Amino acid sequence: MGYEKRYDGRKFDELRPMSARIGVVPNSSGSAIFQMGKTVAIAAVYAPKLLFPQFLQDDEKGVLRCEYNLMSFSGSGERVRPGPSRRSKEISMVTEKALLPVLNLKEYSNCAVDVYIELIQTDAGTRCAGICAASLALADAGIPMNDLISAVAIGRIENKIALDVTKKEEDYENGMADIAIAYSLRLNKITLLQSDGDLGRDELQDAIKLAKIGCEKIRDVQIKALKAKFEVIKDE
Amino acid sequence: MNDSFKDHALNLFSTGFHIDGRKLDEYREISYETGISNQSAEGSARVKIGMTEVVVGIKMEIGEPFPDRLDEGGIIVNAELKPFSSWKYDSGPPGINAIELSRLVDRVIREGKYLDLKKLCIEEGKRVWIVFIDIYPINDAGNLFDASILASLLALRDAKFPHIKNDRIEYKNLSDESLPLSKKIPLSCTVFICEENIIIDPDSDEENFIDARLTIGITEDNVICALQKGGMTPLTAEEIDKMVDLAMKKTKELREIIK
Repeated sequence: MGYEKRYDGRKFDELRPMSARIGVVPNSSGSAIFQMGKTVAIAAVYAPKLLFPQFLQDDEKGVLRCEYNLMSFSGSGERVRPGPSRRSKEISMVTEKALLPVLNLKEYSNCAVDVYIELIQTDAGTRCAGICAASLALADAGIPMNDLISAVAIGRIENKIALDVTKKEEDYENGMADIAIAYSLRLNKITLLQSDGDLGRDELQDAIKLAKIGCEKIRDVQIKALKAKFEVIKDE
Repeated sequence: MNDSFKDHALNLFSTGFHIDGRKLDEYREISYETGISNQSAEGSARVKIGMTEVVVGIKMEIGEPFPDRLDEGGIIVNAELKPFSSWKYDSGPPGINAIELSRLVDRVIREGKYLDLKKLCIEEGKRVWIVFIDIYPINDAGNLFDASILASLLALRDAKFPHIKNDRIEYKNLSDESLPLSKKIPLSCTVFICEENIIIDPDSDEENFIDARLTIGITEDNVICALQKGGMTPLTAEEIDKMVDLAMKKTKELREIIK
Protein backbone atom coordinates (compact mmCIF):
# COMPACT_ATOMS: atom_id res chain seq x y z
CA MET A 1 0.00 0.00 0.00
CA GLY A 2 1.46 3.36 -0.98
CA TYR A 3 1.10 6.79 0.49
CA GLU A 4 -1.21 8.32 -2.09
CA LYS A 5 -2.97 11.00 -0.14
CA ARG A 6 -1.32 13.19 2.49
CA TYR A 7 -2.83 13.08 5.96
CA ASP A 8 -3.73 16.76 5.89
CA GLY A 9 -4.95 16.70 2.27
CA ARG A 10 -2.14 18.80 0.86
CA LYS A 11 -0.56 18.13 -2.51
CA PHE A 12 2.88 16.57 -2.35
CA ASP A 13 4.49 19.83 -3.49
CA GLU A 14 2.39 22.05 -1.26
CA LEU A 15 3.64 23.90 1.81
CA ARG A 16 1.59 24.39 4.95
CA PRO A 17 0.25 27.92 5.51
CA MET A 18 3.08 30.21 6.53
CA SER A 19 3.35 33.52 8.27
CA ALA A 20 6.29 35.70 9.21
CA ARG A 21 6.73 38.95 11.09
CA ILE A 22 9.81 40.83 12.18
CA GLY A 23 10.55 43.04 15.17
CA VAL A 24 8.82 40.86 17.76
CA VAL A 25 11.46 41.15 20.51
CA PRO A 26 11.95 44.88 21.07
CA ASN A 27 15.04 44.41 23.30
CA SER A 28 16.97 42.61 20.58
CA SER A 29 18.95 44.00 17.64
CA GLY A 30 16.64 42.14 15.30
CA SER A 31 13.98 39.48 15.66
CA ALA A 32 11.40 37.49 13.78
CA ILE A 33 8.64 34.98 14.25
CA PHE A 34 8.19 32.37 11.56
CA GLN A 35 5.27 29.98 11.51
CA MET A 36 5.06 26.96 9.23
CA GLY A 37 1.80 25.13 9.79
CA LYS A 38 1.73 24.56 13.53
CA THR A 39 5.46 24.92 14.02
CA VAL A 40 6.26 28.32 15.49
CA ALA A 41 9.83 29.60 15.81
CA ILE A 42 10.98 32.94 17.21
CA ALA A 43 14.51 34.19 16.67
CA ALA A 44 16.26 37.09 18.35
CA VAL A 45 19.65 38.49 17.36
CA TYR A 46 21.86 40.32 19.82
CA ALA A 47 24.84 41.87 18.10
CA PRO A 48 27.51 42.96 18.43
CA LYS A 49 28.45 41.53 21.80
CA LEU A 50 32.04 41.55 22.99
CA LEU A 51 33.05 37.91 22.90
CA PHE A 52 34.33 36.15 26.01
CA PRO A 53 36.40 34.13 26.77
CA GLN A 54 38.82 36.23 24.83
CA PHE A 55 40.57 33.40 23.00
CA LEU A 56 37.37 32.84 21.03
CA GLN A 57 37.63 36.30 19.52
CA ASP A 58 38.55 36.72 15.88
CA ASP A 59 40.17 40.06 15.07
CA GLU A 60 39.13 39.80 11.42
CA LYS A 61 35.45 39.01 11.74
CA GLY A 62 32.60 38.43 14.12
CA VAL A 63 31.72 34.99 15.42
CA LEU A 64 28.21 33.72 14.77
CA ARG A 65 26.73 31.78 17.66
CA CYS A 66 23.33 30.13 17.34
CA GLU A 67 21.35 28.61 20.13
CA TYR A 68 18.35 26.48 19.20
CA ASN A 69 15.96 25.57 21.98
CA LEU A 70 12.62 23.87 22.36
CA MET A 71 10.58 25.53 25.07
CA SER A 72 9.83 22.83 27.64
CA PHE A 73 6.16 22.69 26.72
CA SER A 74 6.64 22.77 22.96
CA GLY A 75 7.48 19.12 22.27
CA SER A 76 5.11 16.68 20.66
CA GLY A 77 4.86 14.40 23.70
CA GLU A 78 6.24 14.62 27.20
CA ARG A 79 7.74 17.78 28.60
CA VAL A 80 11.18 18.50 27.20
CA ARG A 81 13.74 18.83 29.98
CA PRO A 82 15.09 22.37 30.01
CA GLY A 83 18.68 23.03 29.10
CA PRO A 84 20.77 22.01 26.11
CA SER A 85 20.52 18.44 24.85
CA ARG A 86 22.76 16.64 22.38
CA ARG A 87 20.06 17.16 19.78
CA SER A 88 19.69 20.89 20.39
CA LYS A 89 23.46 21.39 20.37
CA GLU A 90 23.78 19.67 17.02
CA ILE A 91 20.93 21.70 15.54
CA SER A 92 22.50 24.90 16.86
CA MET A 93 25.73 23.95 15.12
CA VAL A 94 24.16 23.10 11.75
CA THR A 95 22.07 26.28 11.95
CA GLU A 96 25.27 28.31 12.26
CA LYS A 97 26.70 26.53 9.24
CA ALA A 98 23.49 27.07 7.29
CA LEU A 99 23.51 30.83 7.88
CA LEU A 100 27.21 31.67 7.71
CA PRO A 101 27.73 31.41 3.93
CA VAL A 102 25.56 34.47 3.29
CA LEU A 103 26.79 36.59 6.20
CA ASN A 104 29.52 39.17 6.08
CA LEU A 105 30.76 39.67 9.64
CA LYS A 106 33.86 41.74 8.86
CA GLU A 107 32.48 44.71 10.74
CA TYR A 108 32.12 42.69 13.91
CA SER A 109 35.72 41.84 14.72
CA ASN A 110 36.29 40.50 18.24
CA CYS A 111 32.55 40.32 18.72
CA ALA A 112 29.87 37.71 18.81
CA VAL A 113 26.72 37.81 16.74
CA ASP A 114 24.31 35.85 18.89
CA VAL A 115 21.19 34.27 17.44
CA TYR A 116 18.72 32.70 19.81
CA ILE A 117 15.99 30.50 18.41
CA GLU A 118 13.07 29.38 20.55
CA LEU A 119 10.31 27.01 19.47
CA ILE A 120 6.95 27.81 21.04
CA GLN A 121 5.03 25.04 19.33
CA THR A 122 6.22 22.17 17.17
CA ASP A 123 4.85 20.00 14.41
CA ALA A 124 8.04 18.84 12.61
CA GLY A 125 10.40 20.97 10.59
CA THR A 126 11.59 22.87 13.64
CA ARG A 127 15.19 23.37 12.56
CA CYS A 128 14.00 24.64 9.18
CA ALA A 129 11.51 27.05 10.72
CA GLY A 130 14.26 28.14 13.11
CA ILE A 131 16.62 28.86 10.24
CA CYS A 132 13.94 30.85 8.36
CA ALA A 133 13.26 32.90 11.49
CA ALA A 134 16.97 33.37 12.24
CA SER A 135 17.68 34.55 8.71
CA LEU A 136 14.90 37.14 9.00
CA ALA A 137 16.10 38.25 12.42
CA LEU A 138 19.63 38.76 11.10
CA ALA A 139 18.26 40.87 8.26
CA ASP A 140 16.12 42.84 10.71
CA ALA A 141 19.25 43.44 12.82
CA GLY A 142 20.96 44.92 9.78
CA ILE A 143 23.75 42.36 9.68
CA PRO A 144 25.35 42.57 6.21
CA MET A 145 24.23 39.57 4.20
CA ASN A 146 24.16 38.47 0.56
CA ASP A 147 20.92 36.62 0.70
CA LEU A 148 18.22 35.24 2.93
CA ILE A 149 18.33 31.58 3.84
CA SER A 150 15.15 29.59 3.39
CA ALA A 151 14.78 26.07 4.68
CA VAL A 152 12.26 23.28 4.42
CA ALA A 153 11.87 19.66 5.48
CA ILE A 154 11.26 17.07 2.79
CA GLY A 155 10.04 13.54 3.40
CA ARG A 156 10.36 10.36 1.39
CA ILE A 157 7.24 8.40 2.30
CA GLU A 158 6.90 5.09 0.46
CA ASN A 159 7.78 6.13 -3.08
CA LYS A 160 6.57 9.70 -2.76
CA ILE A 161 8.61 12.81 -2.08
CA ALA A 162 6.63 15.21 0.08
CA LEU A 163 7.30 18.87 0.75
CA ASP A 164 7.18 20.25 4.31
CA VAL A 165 6.30 17.14 6.31
CA THR A 166 4.29 17.17 9.52
CA LYS A 167 4.95 15.20 12.70
CA LYS A 168 2.29 12.71 11.71
CA GLU A 169 4.09 12.09 8.43
CA GLU A 170 7.42 11.79 10.25
CA ASP A 171 5.85 9.04 12.33
CA TYR A 172 4.65 7.15 9.22
CA GLU A 173 4.27 3.50 10.17
CA ASN A 174 6.55 1.99 7.51
CA GLY A 175 9.29 4.49 8.16
CA MET A 176 10.33 7.41 6.01
CA ALA A 177 13.32 9.50 5.13
CA ASP A 178 13.41 12.95 6.65
CA ILE A 179 15.53 15.49 4.80
CA ALA A 180 16.22 19.03 5.98
CA ILE A 181 17.43 21.39 3.30
CA ALA A 182 18.35 25.07 3.45
CA TYR A 183 18.90 27.10 0.32
CA SER A 184 20.46 30.35 -0.63
CA LEU A 185 18.52 30.91 -3.83
CA ARG A 186 20.69 33.77 -4.92
CA LEU A 187 23.86 31.69 -4.65
CA ASN A 188 21.83 28.71 -5.86
CA LYS A 189 23.56 26.68 -3.18
CA ILE A 190 22.50 24.39 -0.41
CA THR A 191 23.72 25.40 3.04
CA LEU A 192 22.08 22.71 5.15
CA LEU A 193 21.56 19.10 4.27
CA GLN A 194 20.68 16.46 6.77
CA SER A 195 18.76 13.28 6.29
CA ASP A 196 17.85 10.15 8.09
CA GLY A 197 16.15 7.12 6.64
CA ASP A 198 16.53 5.18 3.39
CA LEU A 199 16.85 7.32 0.33
CA GLY A 200 17.69 6.42 -3.27
CA ARG A 201 20.09 8.51 -5.31
CA ASP A 202 17.31 9.72 -7.63
CA GLU A 203 15.05 10.39 -4.68
CA LEU A 204 17.67 12.68 -3.19
CA GLN A 205 17.80 14.64 -6.45
CA ASP A 206 14.01 14.88 -6.48
CA ALA A 207 14.03 16.01 -2.86
CA ILE A 208 16.51 18.78 -3.62
CA LYS A 209 14.44 19.94 -6.61
CA LEU A 210 11.30 19.99 -4.51
CA ALA A 211 13.09 21.83 -1.68
CA LYS A 212 14.09 24.54 -4.10
CA ILE A 213 10.50 25.04 -5.22
CA GLY A 214 9.43 25.20 -1.58
CA CYS A 215 12.20 27.60 -0.61
CA GLU A 216 11.22 29.99 -3.40
CA LYS A 217 7.78 30.31 -1.85
CA ILE A 218 9.19 30.61 1.64
CA ARG A 219 11.56 33.32 0.48
CA ASP A 220 8.62 35.33 -0.89
CA VAL A 221 6.99 35.22 2.53
CA GLN A 222 10.27 36.23 4.19
CA ILE A 223 10.78 39.17 1.86
CA LYS A 224 7.20 40.29 2.35
CA ALA A 225 7.72 40.23 6.13
CA LEU A 226 10.86 42.35 5.83
CA LYS A 227 9.18 44.87 3.57
CA ALA A 228 6.12 45.06 5.81
CA LYS A 229 8.22 46.74 8.50
CA PHE A 230 8.98 49.62 6.18
CA GLU A 231 5.58 50.01 4.61
CA VAL A 232 4.28 53.51 4.96
CA ILE A 233 0.78 53.69 6.31
CA LYS A 234 -1.02 56.02 3.97
CA ASP A 235 -3.82 58.21 5.15
CA GLU A 236 -7.17 57.29 3.69
CA MET B 1 23.18 53.50 35.18
CA ASN B 2 23.65 57.10 34.25
CA ASP B 3 23.31 59.36 37.32
CA SER B 4 21.64 62.20 35.45
CA PHE B 5 19.07 59.75 34.12
CA LYS B 6 18.37 58.61 37.64
CA ASP B 7 18.03 62.22 38.83
CA HIS B 8 15.63 62.91 36.01
CA ALA B 9 13.56 59.85 36.92
CA LEU B 10 13.53 60.75 40.62
CA ASN B 11 12.34 64.24 39.76
CA LEU B 12 9.47 62.76 37.78
CA PHE B 13 8.68 60.31 40.57
CA SER B 14 8.38 63.15 43.05
CA THR B 15 5.73 64.74 40.83
CA GLY B 16 3.87 61.40 40.77
CA PHE B 17 4.76 60.06 37.34
CA HIS B 18 6.75 57.31 35.66
CA ILE B 19 9.28 58.13 32.95
CA ASP B 20 6.70 57.18 30.32
CA GLY B 21 4.09 59.51 31.80
CA ARG B 22 1.94 57.04 33.73
CA LYS B 23 0.96 57.66 37.33
CA LEU B 24 3.23 55.85 39.79
CA ASP B 25 0.46 53.45 40.79
CA GLU B 26 -0.56 52.62 37.23
CA TYR B 27 0.30 49.53 35.22
CA ARG B 28 1.36 49.77 31.61
CA GLU B 29 -1.18 48.38 29.16
CA ILE B 30 -1.87 44.72 29.92
CA SER B 31 -2.98 42.26 27.27
CA TYR B 32 -3.08 38.49 27.10
CA GLU B 33 -3.80 35.60 24.83
CA THR B 34 -4.26 31.92 25.69
CA GLY B 35 -3.75 28.73 23.69
CA ILE B 36 -0.63 30.07 22.00
CA SER B 37 0.87 26.58 21.94
CA ASN B 38 -2.25 24.45 21.87
CA GLN B 39 -0.69 21.91 19.51
CA SER B 40 2.08 21.10 21.98
CA ALA B 41 1.18 22.25 25.48
CA GLU B 42 -1.80 21.24 27.61
CA GLY B 43 -2.28 24.89 28.41
CA SER B 44 -0.50 28.09 27.41
CA ALA B 45 -0.68 31.85 27.66
CA ARG B 46 1.11 34.98 26.61
CA VAL B 47 0.96 38.14 28.72
CA LYS B 48 2.18 41.56 27.73
CA ILE B 49 2.64 44.38 30.20
CA GLY B 50 3.83 47.27 28.10
CA MET B 51 6.89 45.97 26.25
CA THR B 52 7.37 43.10 28.67
CA GLU B 53 6.21 39.81 27.22
CA VAL B 54 6.14 36.41 28.90
CA VAL B 55 4.92 33.05 27.61
CA VAL B 56 4.00 30.17 29.87
CA GLY B 57 3.18 26.60 28.96
CA ILE B 58 1.67 23.81 31.02
CA LYS B 59 2.72 20.19 30.62
CA MET B 60 1.16 17.29 32.49
CA GLU B 61 2.91 14.11 33.47
CA ILE B 62 2.04 11.16 35.66
CA GLY B 63 4.44 10.54 38.49
CA GLU B 64 4.74 9.23 42.01
CA PRO B 65 3.54 11.41 44.90
CA PHE B 66 5.94 12.82 47.45
CA PRO B 67 6.36 10.43 50.40
CA ASP B 68 4.80 12.92 52.84
CA ARG B 69 1.84 13.77 50.58
CA LEU B 70 0.67 10.47 49.23
CA ASP B 71 -2.75 11.74 48.14
CA GLU B 72 -1.60 14.91 46.38
CA GLY B 73 -0.34 15.73 42.93
CA GLY B 74 2.53 18.11 42.35
CA ILE B 75 3.31 21.46 40.78
CA ILE B 76 6.76 22.16 39.40
CA VAL B 77 7.49 25.70 38.28
CA ASN B 78 10.50 26.45 36.13
CA ALA B 79 11.61 29.80 34.80
CA GLU B 80 14.43 30.55 32.45
CA LEU B 81 15.88 34.02 32.02
CA LYS B 82 17.55 33.56 28.68
CA PRO B 83 19.69 35.89 26.59
CA PHE B 84 16.84 35.63 24.07
CA SER B 85 14.85 38.19 26.07
CA SER B 86 17.44 40.77 27.07
CA TRP B 87 21.05 41.87 26.75
CA LYS B 88 21.50 41.42 30.45
CA TYR B 89 21.20 37.62 30.53
CA ASP B 90 23.75 34.97 29.66
CA SER B 91 23.35 31.39 28.49
CA GLY B 92 23.56 28.66 31.08
CA PRO B 93 21.54 26.90 33.73
CA PRO B 94 19.00 29.00 35.67
CA GLY B 95 20.75 31.50 37.93
CA ILE B 96 19.50 32.82 41.24
CA ASN B 97 17.13 35.36 39.67
CA ALA B 98 15.40 32.71 37.59
CA ILE B 99 15.15 30.47 40.63
CA GLU B 100 13.67 33.26 42.74
CA LEU B 101 11.12 34.00 40.01
CA SER B 102 10.03 30.38 39.69
CA ARG B 103 9.81 29.84 43.43
CA LEU B 104 7.74 32.97 43.85
CA VAL B 105 5.27 31.92 41.17
CA ASP B 106 5.12 28.51 42.84
CA ARG B 107 4.31 30.07 46.19
CA VAL B 108 1.55 32.35 44.94
CA ILE B 109 -0.17 29.44 43.19
CA ARG B 110 0.43 26.90 45.95
CA GLU B 111 -0.31 29.09 48.96
CA GLY B 112 -3.10 30.90 47.18
CA LYS B 113 -4.60 27.41 46.84
CA TYR B 114 -5.43 27.99 43.19
CA LEU B 115 -4.86 24.35 42.29
CA ASP B 116 -6.51 21.60 44.33
CA LEU B 117 -3.59 19.18 44.61
CA LYS B 118 -5.74 16.46 46.17
CA LYS B 119 -7.80 16.27 42.99
CA LEU B 120 -4.62 15.61 41.01
CA CYS B 121 -4.30 12.25 42.75
CA ILE B 122 -5.08 9.31 40.46
CA GLU B 123 -4.23 6.42 42.77
CA GLU B 124 -3.17 7.20 46.32
CA GLY B 125 0.48 6.54 47.03
CA LYS B 126 1.13 5.41 43.48
CA ARG B 127 0.16 7.71 40.67
CA VAL B 128 -0.56 11.42 40.65
CA TRP B 129 -0.62 14.18 38.08
CA ILE B 130 2.41 16.45 38.07
CA VAL B 131 1.74 19.88 36.58
CA PHE B 132 4.76 21.56 35.02
CA ILE B 133 4.60 25.32 34.65
CA ASP B 134 7.35 26.61 32.36
CA ILE B 135 7.95 30.34 32.18
CA TYR B 136 9.81 31.98 29.28
CA PRO B 137 10.23 35.75 29.06
CA ILE B 138 10.21 36.81 25.40
CA ASN B 139 11.09 40.42 26.06
CA ASP B 140 12.17 41.53 29.51
CA ALA B 141 11.23 45.19 29.81
CA GLY B 142 10.71 45.22 33.56
CA ASN B 143 8.35 43.76 36.15
CA LEU B 144 8.75 40.13 35.11
CA PHE B 145 7.30 38.93 38.40
CA ASP B 146 3.80 40.25 37.84
CA ALA B 147 3.80 39.27 34.16
CA SER B 148 4.98 35.74 34.96
CA ILE B 149 2.41 35.16 37.66
CA LEU B 150 -0.40 36.46 35.47
CA ALA B 151 0.71 34.30 32.55
CA SER B 152 1.03 31.23 34.77
CA LEU B 153 -2.49 31.63 36.13
CA LEU B 154 -3.90 32.13 32.64
CA ALA B 155 -2.03 29.11 31.28
CA LEU B 156 -3.37 26.97 34.14
CA ARG B 157 -6.85 28.19 33.35
CA ASP B 158 -6.34 27.31 29.67
CA ALA B 159 -5.06 23.79 30.47
CA LYS B 160 -6.98 20.55 29.87
CA PHE B 161 -6.18 17.06 31.10
CA PRO B 162 -4.88 14.78 28.37
CA HIS B 163 -6.61 11.39 27.98
CA ILE B 164 -4.97 8.32 29.46
CA LYS B 165 -4.98 5.05 27.48
CA ASN B 166 -3.36 1.85 28.78
CA ASP B 167 -1.62 3.80 31.52
CA ARG B 168 0.00 6.11 29.01
CA ILE B 169 -0.78 9.74 28.42
CA GLU B 170 -2.12 10.55 24.98
CA TYR B 171 -0.65 14.00 24.67
CA LYS B 172 -2.32 14.86 21.39
CA ASN B 173 -5.72 13.91 22.73
CA LEU B 174 -6.87 16.44 25.31
CA SER B 175 -10.09 15.94 27.24
CA ASP B 176 -12.61 18.70 27.91
CA GLU B 177 -11.74 18.57 31.57
CA SER B 178 -10.04 21.63 33.04
CA LEU B 179 -7.61 21.44 35.94
CA PRO B 180 -9.14 21.53 39.45
CA LEU B 181 -8.81 25.26 39.96
CA SER B 182 -10.30 27.41 42.65
CA LYS B 183 -12.87 29.97 41.51
CA LYS B 184 -10.96 32.46 43.62
CA ILE B 185 -7.85 33.61 41.84
CA PRO B 186 -4.77 34.53 43.84
CA LEU B 187 -2.75 37.29 42.22
CA SER B 188 0.36 39.26 42.93
CA CYS B 189 1.45 42.83 42.69
CA THR B 190 5.07 43.82 43.03
CA VAL B 191 5.49 47.19 44.71
CA PHE B 192 8.79 49.03 44.42
CA ILE B 193 10.39 51.68 46.58
CA CYS B 194 12.73 54.30 45.20
CA GLU B 195 13.80 56.80 47.83
CA GLU B 196 10.48 57.86 49.32
CA ASN B 197 8.38 56.99 46.27
CA ILE B 198 6.19 53.92 46.13
CA ILE B 199 5.70 52.75 42.56
CA ILE B 200 4.47 49.75 40.61
CA ASP B 201 5.34 48.25 37.26
CA PRO B 202 8.68 49.92 36.52
CA ASP B 203 10.14 49.43 33.06
CA SER B 204 13.65 48.01 32.71
CA ASP B 205 15.33 51.43 32.89
CA GLU B 206 13.54 52.25 36.11
CA GLU B 207 14.14 48.79 37.54
CA ASN B 208 17.89 49.45 37.37
CA PHE B 209 17.93 51.98 40.17
CA ILE B 210 15.07 50.87 42.35
CA ASP B 211 15.96 50.52 46.07
CA ALA B 212 13.70 47.67 47.14
CA ARG B 213 10.75 45.64 45.96
CA LEU B 214 8.08 43.63 47.65
CA THR B 215 6.05 41.07 45.77
CA ILE B 216 2.76 40.49 47.51
CA GLY B 217 0.54 37.55 46.67
CA ILE B 218 -3.09 38.27 47.55
CA THR B 219 -6.12 36.00 47.42
CA GLU B 220 -9.56 37.10 46.33
CA ASP B 221 -10.52 37.41 50.01
CA ASN B 222 -7.69 39.90 50.51
CA VAL B 223 -5.52 37.48 52.42
CA ILE B 224 -1.77 37.75 51.88
CA CYS B 225 -0.60 34.37 50.62
CA ALA B 226 2.99 35.10 49.70
CA LEU B 227 5.60 37.77 50.28
CA GLN B 228 9.05 38.29 48.91
CA LYS B 229 11.23 41.27 49.57
CA GLY B 230 14.01 42.02 47.14
CA GLY B 231 16.64 44.71 46.81
CA MET B 232 19.23 45.98 49.27
CA THR B 233 17.32 48.74 51.02
CA PRO B 234 15.55 47.88 54.28
CA LEU B 235 11.88 48.76 54.73
CA THR B 236 9.96 50.24 57.64
CA ALA B 237 6.73 48.72 58.93
CA GLU B 238 4.84 51.81 57.70
CA GLU B 239 6.27 51.44 54.22
CA ILE B 240 5.29 47.79 54.13
CA ASP B 241 1.75 48.66 55.19
CA LYS B 242 1.47 51.23 52.41
CA MET B 243 2.82 48.75 49.89
CA VAL B 244 0.34 46.08 50.96
CA ASP B 245 -2.48 48.58 50.74
CA LEU B 246 -1.53 49.48 47.17
CA ALA B 247 -1.08 45.82 46.21
CA MET B 248 -4.59 45.01 47.48
CA LYS B 249 -6.06 47.72 45.26
CA LYS B 250 -4.03 46.72 42.25
CA THR B 251 -4.67 42.98 42.44
CA LYS B 252 -8.38 43.79 42.41
CA GLU B 253 -7.89 45.66 39.14
CA LEU B 254 -5.81 42.84 37.69
CA ARG B 255 -8.52 40.36 38.61
CA GLU B 256 -11.01 42.38 36.58
CA ILE B 257 -8.70 42.35 33.58
CA ILE B 258 -8.37 38.56 33.46
CA LYS B 259 -11.98 37.74 34.37
